[in-house]
Amino acid sequence: MRRALPGALSPVLFFAAAMAAPFVLSNQYYVSVMTLCAINALIVLGLNLLLGFAGQISLGHAAFFGIGAYASAILTTTYAWPIWAGMLAGVCLAAAVAWLIGVPALKLHGHYLAMATLGFGVIVQIALNETTWLTGGPSGFVGVPRLTLFGYTFASDRSYYFLCAGTLALAVALSRNLIASRTGRALRAIHTSEGAATAMGVHTSRYKLFVFILSAVYAAVAGVLYAHYLGFVAPASFGFHFSVQLITMVVLGGMASIWGAVAGAAFLTSLPEFLRALENIDILVYGLVLVLCMIYLPGGLAGGAAKLAKILSNRIAGHAGRA
Amino acid sequence: MRRAILFLPLVLVFLAGRALAGDTIKIGAVLSVTGPASFLGEPEKNTISMLQEAINARGGLLGKKLEVVFYDDETDVNKAVLAAEKLLKRDEVVAAMGGTTSGNTLAIMGKFAAAGIPLVSLASAEKITSPADPFVFKVAPSDRHAVQKILDHARAKGYKKLAIVTVSDGFGQAGREALKELIAAGGFELAADEVYGPKDTDMTAQLTKIKELPHDAVICWGTNPGPAVIARNRVQIGLTTPMYMSHGVASKKFIELAGEAAEGLLLPAGQLIVAGQLPDGQPQKKLLLDYTRQYQEKFGGQVSTFGGHGYDSLSLIARAIETAGSDKPQAIRDALEKITAYPGVGGVFTMSPADHNGLSARDFVMVAIEKGDWKIVAE
Amino acid sequence: MFGGLLQYVISGLTVGSAYGLTALGFTMIFNTTGVINFAQGEFVMLGGMMSVMLHQAGLNLPAAVILAVAAATAVGAAVERLAIRPVRRATAINLVIVTIGVSICLRGLAMLAWGKDTLRLPNFSGAAPLPVFGASLMPQSLWVLGVTLLILLGLRLFFSRSIHGKGMLACAYQRKAAYLVGISVERMAMLSFALSAATGAVGGAILAPLTMTSYDVGVMLGLKGFAAAVLGGLGNPFGAAAGGLILGVLESLGAGYVSSAYKDALAFIILLVLLFVKPSGLFGRKSAERV
Repeated sequence: MRRALPGALSPVLFFAAAMAAPFVLSNQYYVSVMTLCAINALIVLGLNLLLGFAGQISLGHAAFFGIGAYASAILTTTYAWPIWAGMLAGVCLAAAVAWLIGVPALKLHGHYLAMATLGFGVIVQIALNETTWLTGGPSGFVGVPRLTLFGYTFASDRSYYFLCAGTLALAVALSRNLIASRTGRALRAIHTSEGAATAMGVHTSRYKLFVFILSAVYAAVAGVLYAHYLGFVAPASFGFHFSVQLITMVVLGGMASIWGAVAGAAFLTSLPEFLRALENIDILVYGLVLVLCMIYLPGGLAGGAAKLAKILSNRIAGHAGRA
Repeated sequence: MRRAILFLPLVLVFLAGRALAGDTIKIGAVLSVTGPASFLGEPEKNTISMLQEAINARGGLLGKKLEVVFYDDETDVNKAVLAAEKLLKRDEVVAAMGGTTSGNTLAIMGKFAAAGIPLVSLASAEKITSPADPFVFKVAPSDRHAVQKILDHARAKGYKKLAIVTVSDGFGQAGREALKELIAAGGFELAADEVYGPKDTDMTAQLTKIKELPHDAVICWGTNPGPAVIARNRVQIGLTTPMYMSHGVASKKFIELAGEAAEGLLLPAGQLIVAGQLPDGQPQKKLLLDYTRQYQEKFGGQVSTFGGHGYDSLSLIARAIETAGSDKPQAIRDALEKITAYPGVGGVFTMSPADHNGLSARDFVMVAIEKGDWKIVAE
Repeated sequence: MFGGLLQYVISGLTVGSAYGLTALGFTMIFNTTGVINFAQGEFVMLGGMMSVMLHQAGLNLPAAVILAVAAATAVGAAVERLAIRPVRRATAINLVIVTIGVSICLRGLAMLAWGKDTLRLPNFSGAAPLPVFGASLMPQSLWVLGVTLLILLGLRLFFSRSIHGKGMLACAYQRKAAYLVGISVERMAMLSFALSAATGAVGGAILAPLTMTSYDVGVMLGLKGFAAAVLGGLGNPFGAAAGGLILGVLESLGAGYVSSAYKDALAFIILLVLLFVKPSGLFGRKSAERV
């Protein structure tokens, strides 16, 4: 049944469902939660291309998120650039930094790569903290304007949510195309065995760099959306802690799964909202959920859903067989 | 007809809900009860819930029950923003308190201002109330007043070259900016400008550097535990110049952590920690002693200035509601701005359209630590 | 001037010992099980916090520390049994997420049980600083350096002399082969968790008088410890300890001579450059990539 669904249709369906969501929600407050879910999903989507498909870890992706957010915030606020220009500059800056750090870092493997990206993330956060004259320092940067594109300001939360969900749907479609392409096959080959991929004539370092920059661009776009949504950015949001959370979202959603990335981000972003009723022990339950998910759903949410679908279809097939 | 009866409970519940809503005044609170700033947020929450009970015990406000809706932002900006959204859209509060930290306040204050709901912040950064937004107030004293108090003392002692060591978080940043500005303006010389991280556990490097430079006194700006480490490192490396701390460590916890090394340190503090030593006519004295006793009876542990911010935020809003005779947000805002000579824990508040903090350097008192306790220093 | 330099080195070595002991724990677990244990910093926290709690409950200092280390060791073994063993066949990244979950749980438990305050343990022996060539040294720093050396020595003996140590080394070289020659890989895994929890807890206890402790000190130590372990060349316990000391001294010198605001950034920049020049850490073996 799942296979029967034409692949190209599912982003459209997802888009439709995401667009309909605010109209069925009981409280408009949830729209803000969903906006943050969409923004996080965008970063996780990019990180999943890097980690899930190409097998390269990054413990510093919060930095690209932060670079996009801060660059756009500072350029549009302090220097009064038009917002589209600030956005573009933020994304380009993140891409340029990703290129600079990616060239030497991607020569490293496994834990050494993790360490290098972690170090990069720490350095960026300290820079955001200490360049007070530019970034406003640890207490944050205030007064970022709401996003305006082509003369339309996304003033209401609902319109902003549509913008974020739309961007996410676009990113999903783009990622699916990428994965199905020659590049996608090359990335998976690198994940399985870099040596074998090289032997088969795959230009591994170039592909790795490409996907690293692409994932940084996803993160920076999310950062831009985030800054112009909140109207405020502070270095604490872009630290090591958030980088680790992003990795957790990728793995919990399901490695090498586009929908898993979206589900993982949405699940972990909204989980604290559900756990709030537990008051003091919410943080404990959060940790426990992580451990239990990994024990019982090693393939993440996506893997779990696939397994469930398989069991169900077997059941149905079994019934059909008996009948 | 039978079917219609089924709807009756629903209608009743609906009516009851309406009736209840009419009898309560809902005030929101976004506090950092967990996470790095929990040492501020926890006493704040304790104090606010204690004051809420006290207000309801004496009949509520305007004959209505006071309900405080608490949200913990876990010292996370995103969660603070979500909590603010919830207060505005789901709980529909008439006024709010928070955030605990300057960053979180700066992140949420725009939302309250736009919604026309008065917000009383518990954080200290000057950016919160200058320029004054009509709907944003704060109860924590401004850093510049504390700095002023220190510099007045330093001038009286004849110190010229001052070294500063500040923490690299929102509190330390605000302090560092105020220090650098006022040290220059006051004709002092900045001998050294050192920084440490909020999680750092050893500051001998910074102090050694200061020790090797000519200076008359050191000013340290941070909240626990950093300054306690600095006090101990100072003794360890034999740095003998006088040291000032900020009002951020004005709690017994600091003396406990720094131990012997706290002896002789100077700091500007609110009146709370020296309430017992105040003259009897002091307007805050009774309030401070009562608050200290009640807090310790209920929660154990020591009172802190931060819990005092919680007390002041709710007490000011309650006062505004009573003087306005209304629980409409606009009326509360107008009344908040008119509060004059109102004694709180942090000082005696006098608000005005230009001053949404209402405190001054007079609300600080210079204290020294002697034999493990606070001692008011003669002016 | 020389006094200043010496002071920076002394404080760097003391802080570095904490990084080193945490890094040591990372390495032991990584060697035996292939897991990067992100809960390593929490073991350090447990050592410090439990020492303080037991001491406040009326135990004398040595007993409190010993009991705290024993309890942390038990927690380490329990973590392996309850959280790691059920997923031992999972991929490395899944295991990392498990340890992140565990660290969140341990931190949450500590917060609920002991509160959010920063706490202090009394000095083991006196608080009067000792003068050393124009610098000064806390007696507790001597304890820290001495105990760190003792632990290193003990581990060296353990790995080279005892059957369990050799078993763990065998697991480090080739887990499957170790299993085939009759070594209980599961028991070795549990032992490695217990041992690194003990190492971390000792670190937490001996540092608590100097640096104080609270429920959330594990986060920063975990990060720095991991950095130190990689710097030393992951897989080499003595490299890890050296990595920790180097990182501590770098930070301290950076704060002293360059800028205290950028000291952490500076340490990490040097670390990055080292990694780019020597991609398998300072003391790491060059491992041939299997194709």
